[in-house]
Amino acid sequence: MSVLAPESEAELAASIRSAWEAGEPLAIQGNGSKGAMLRPVQAARTLSTRALSGISLYAPNELILEAGAGTPLATVEAAVAAAGQQIIAEPPDLSALLGASSVQTIGGVVAANLSGPRRVAAGAMRDHLLGIRAVNGTGEVIRSGGRVLKNVTGLDLCKLLAGSHGTLGVLSAVTIKVLPAAESAGTLVLGGLDPARAVAALSAALGSPYGVSGAAFLPAAAAARVPALAGLGASATLVRIEEFAVSVAYRTARLRDDLARFGRADLLDDPASRAVWRAVRDVVPLAGGSGETVWRVSVRPSSGPAVLEAAEAAGGCGMLDWGGGLVWITAPTAAAEAVMAGARAAGGTWMLMRAPETLRAVLPVVPPEPPALARLTRAVKAAFDPKGILNPGRVFAGV
Amino acid sequence: MIALPEPKAEVLARRDDIVAGLRALLPADAVIAEPERLRPYETDGLTAYRQIPLAVALPSTTDEVAAVMAFCHREGVRVVPRGAGTSLSGGALPLADAIVIGLMRLNRILSVDYADRVAVVQAGVTNIGITQRVQEEGFFYAPDPSSQLACMIGGNVNMNSGGAHCLKYGVTANNLLGLRIVTVEGEIVEIGGAHLDAAGYDWLGLLTGSEGQLAIVTEVTVRILRSPEGARAMLAGFRANEVAGACVDAIISSGIIPVALEFMDRPAIHACEAFAHAGYPLDAEALLIIEVEGSVEEQDRLLGQIRTICERFDPVSLRVAQTAEESAAIWKGRKGAFGAVGRISPDYLCMDGTIPTSRLPEVLGRIGAMSREYGLQVANIFHAGDGNLHPLIMFDANDPASMHKAECFGADILKLCVEVGGCLTGEHGVGVEKRDLMDVQFTPTELDQQRRIKSAFDPGWLLNPHKVFPLAAAAA
Ligand SMILES: Cc1cc2nc3c(=O)[nH]c(=O)nc-3n(C[C@H](O)[C@H](O)[C@H](O)COP(=O)(O)OP(=O)(O)OC[C@H]3O[C@@H](n4cnc5c(N)ncnc54)[C@H](O)[C@@H]3O)c2cc1C
Ligand SMILES: Cc1cc2nc3c(=O)[nH]c(=O)nc-3n(C[C@H](O)[C@H](O)[C@H](O)COP(=O)(O)OP(=O)(O)OC[C@H]3O[C@@H](n4cnc5c(N)ncnc54)[C@H](O)[C@@H]3O)c2cc1C
Repeated sequence: MSVLAPESEAELAASIRSAWEAGEPLAIQGNGSKGAMLRPVQAARTLSTRALSGISLYAPNELILEAGAGTPLATVEAAVAAAGQQIIAEPPDLSALLGASSVQTIGGVVAANLSGPRRVAAGAMRDHLLGIRAVNGTGEVIRSGGRVLKNVTGLDLCKLLAGSHGTLGVLSAVTIKVLPAAESAGTLVLGGLDPARAVAALSAALGSPYGVSGAAFLPAAAAARVPALAGLGASATLVRIEEFAVSVAYRTARLRDDLARFGRADLLDDPASRAVWRAVRDVVPLAGGSGETVWRVSVRPSSGPAVLEAAEAAGGCGMLDWGGGLVWITAPTAAAEAVMAGARAAGGTWMLMRAPETLRAVLPVVPPEPPALARLTRAVKAAFDPKGILNPGRVFAGV
Repeated sequence: MIALPEPKAEVLARRDDIVAGLRALLPADAVIAEPERLRPYETDGLTAYRQIPLAVALPSTTDEVAAVMAFCHREGVRVVPRGAGTSLSGGALPLADAIVIGLMRLNRILSVDYADRVAVVQAGVTNIGITQRVQEEGFFYAPDPSSQLACMIGGNVNMNSGGAHCLKYGVTANNLLGLRIVTVEGEIVEIGGAHLDAAGYDWLGLLTGSEGQLAIVTEVTVRILRSPEGARAMLAGFRANEVAGACVDAIISSGIIPVALEFMDRPAIHACEAFAHAGYPLDAEALLIIEVEGSVEEQDRLLGQIRTICERFDPVSLRVAQTAEESAAIWKGRKGAFGAVGRISPDYLCMDGTIPTSRLPEVLGRIGAMSREYGLQVANIFHAGDGNLHPLIMFDANDPASMHKAECFGADILKLCVEVGGCLTGEHGVGVEKRDLMDVQFTPTELDQQRRIKSAFDPGWLLNPHKVFPLAAAAA
């Protein structure tokens, strides 16, 4: 498959314009050969934004950063870290989990709206996306938002394109809000809770006034795969505080008292805390598991345990983040119905992150939309990409 | 004055039938058609513009909303949604050939779930109503527009409203999980739910801030948060706007993000002080109100650090609240700013652009020069942390020339915001007020892209037309 990698936005627009004229579908890619995600795209050519790389503006005192869509995420992370700041949504690196090793780009992360543990407290990638430049399916350059933190001018295409998986437009550049990184992190660990008790503890922590920025549950098998937690020999319920060091000490002490009814909590220091949350963020405890499929299910937090148990009963294993609301599952192919039924029963949503191509072509990789929404999806798709040449069929068949 | 298009004579001619049709769908007291009873609906917070609507429908349930929408769709009648009518951009301004659909009777809080930290509320619940309901359990709903006593969550969603604390807690869009909407055809659709990051296109994000252009919102699932242990404010007055701006930079660069960081210029300080007697320093050119959260010790430490930073900028005044009462006193002037300006001037326009924070001194300088040129006073209030600038332009609405000058002055300020890298509106929306300025910020191609999205939801352009998008170009 030939790969186009335009080196400027004008070239990107020209490539899409000629594909539009020819009615030729394009598979849109950041950097990855993410063959394993969502629905397989039928396209003769691949368009990559990897050459649109570089940070064009970084103003730490204004809390904003603009970069070409093809800029490696690691480059952005390094730049903000050098100024003591961070990407707020803590996007994961799922390469270990999903068995790929390409360099992820900021455009790909935005287009997939991927967020990590801090999402529960501080919002998703889309929440901090201030501006975009993109090319629609006819080759027109569209900007939305800008470089300021507050902007309600016109329809919010930033949010619409974030998470649209390259089906509405190809991002050429993004502007995100960044924030100072906390001086320190500390994590309370409660050992041996069952999922329902664990989520009750996480709810109590997230409902406390102490500004919890991470709340996860690893069943015993998952915890055993994280070095700092392996010694527990049991499940791990994790509560993170990120703050000035004195506040971490104060708040973890208060929280430990508040959570006493769930057991005695151990405190992980700053380095151990960072290592554990990197593992949670990247879903390392489930990496290399037996399952052929990887699912990401989002439900109301109190329903997380039921979704997890349904998957386990079907032979899968999993872990909870976002206070119980995000359920990561690896499972055998045969468990697909059970996973989807679990998510459906909880009134939530799923995304099939990895599966054999045969399965992905037939399964709903995200929940099917009710007719009224499906109609809007097609209409909005047509409003950006009238000939349906951008990542056709990526998320929904025929869209 | 911004032009509103000619009403459709054909619709006006059918007025009695349309009213009868609505009466067949709703209880008797839920349809208003008598001219004198329509008057309360003729304007919103942008009071210079007034228009009596064809009729007003006041449904009490989502099903009633759906019935009204299906009827209007079938009859080709335009619809203007309305919450509390506090929009400052004319978003809820009626049209002569449109019915107003008022959501204020959908005023119930349907459920509150503390374990999952969500509440489901109907569109007509006031912003403060949510916090009042959950505060006994120590929770609150974060976005806090100054109009929060009156404005409704459905209006907040459609304007993506912000508040003084959005530097830390984000705006409306960052605090929503789900919506129940009624489409222009009258179909009821659920968006999102009680979970984060629904799959598919981000309808929640697109609908938020869509200014009543895409659908009617009837229910909203909001995140509720546990209140911090406490909060306290401090006040710092400086000799020049530049100095206060540099101080804001220094605070942010230190790694401290206060929950609120408000800036007032000299005219705003004087107006607020005369009104509220908050003890603001009258010899300061610029004033910062800075608020932090946490335990008492944490507040002390953060305020101490900020104080030290402020001291580097030779403040004319520095006051750190020691108690909640002293904190409230510091906020009193700022919160009364609109009333304060209203006392000096019979009428004022509240502008709402956003600028890169580093350009503040330059922008205030140029606004000052414009103020002298136009011969109109202006007071500036600024959410300094996020760059959202509110110049209050004082004028006399009884004098058409003064009104015209005020509008031109306002437009010049917004163009300046765009010129320095900012935008036309940070939280009040485009509405009617900034409609004709949209091409200052967007290319025709970009506006067409937005119009095509509007058309995808509302092919006949029946929902709140003649707002947001410049009139010149027809529906795409
Ligand atoms: C359902 C799903 C499955 C995943 N599976 C894997 C996996 O198997 N292996 C793995 O390593 N990571 C996987 N990820 C993680 C994810 O793909 C990457 O971490 C992240 O998207 C960035 O990688 P990338 O830059 O290589 O983007 P890509 O993986 O190339 O792209 C990610 C998505 O965004 C779109 N996209 C990329 N760039 C742009 C752009 N500039 N404009 C518009 N759309 C764009 C792509 O079409 C694709 O749908 C998955 C994510 C999701 C949501
Ligand atoms: C004194 C004062 C202070 C203010 N302070 C702030 C502030 O600090 N921050 C801020 O952001 N704003 C502020 N505003 C502006 C205003 O209060 C907000 O825009 C608010 O969200 C409007 O809510 P509302 O219920 O009054 O909506 P309305 O004014 O009735 O309507 C606003 C828009 O939303 C549409 N709409 C309303 N309800 C629905 C619905 N259910 N479905 C579909 N469309 C709907 C209307 O058509 C209109 O376009 C202030 C206004 C005043 C008068």
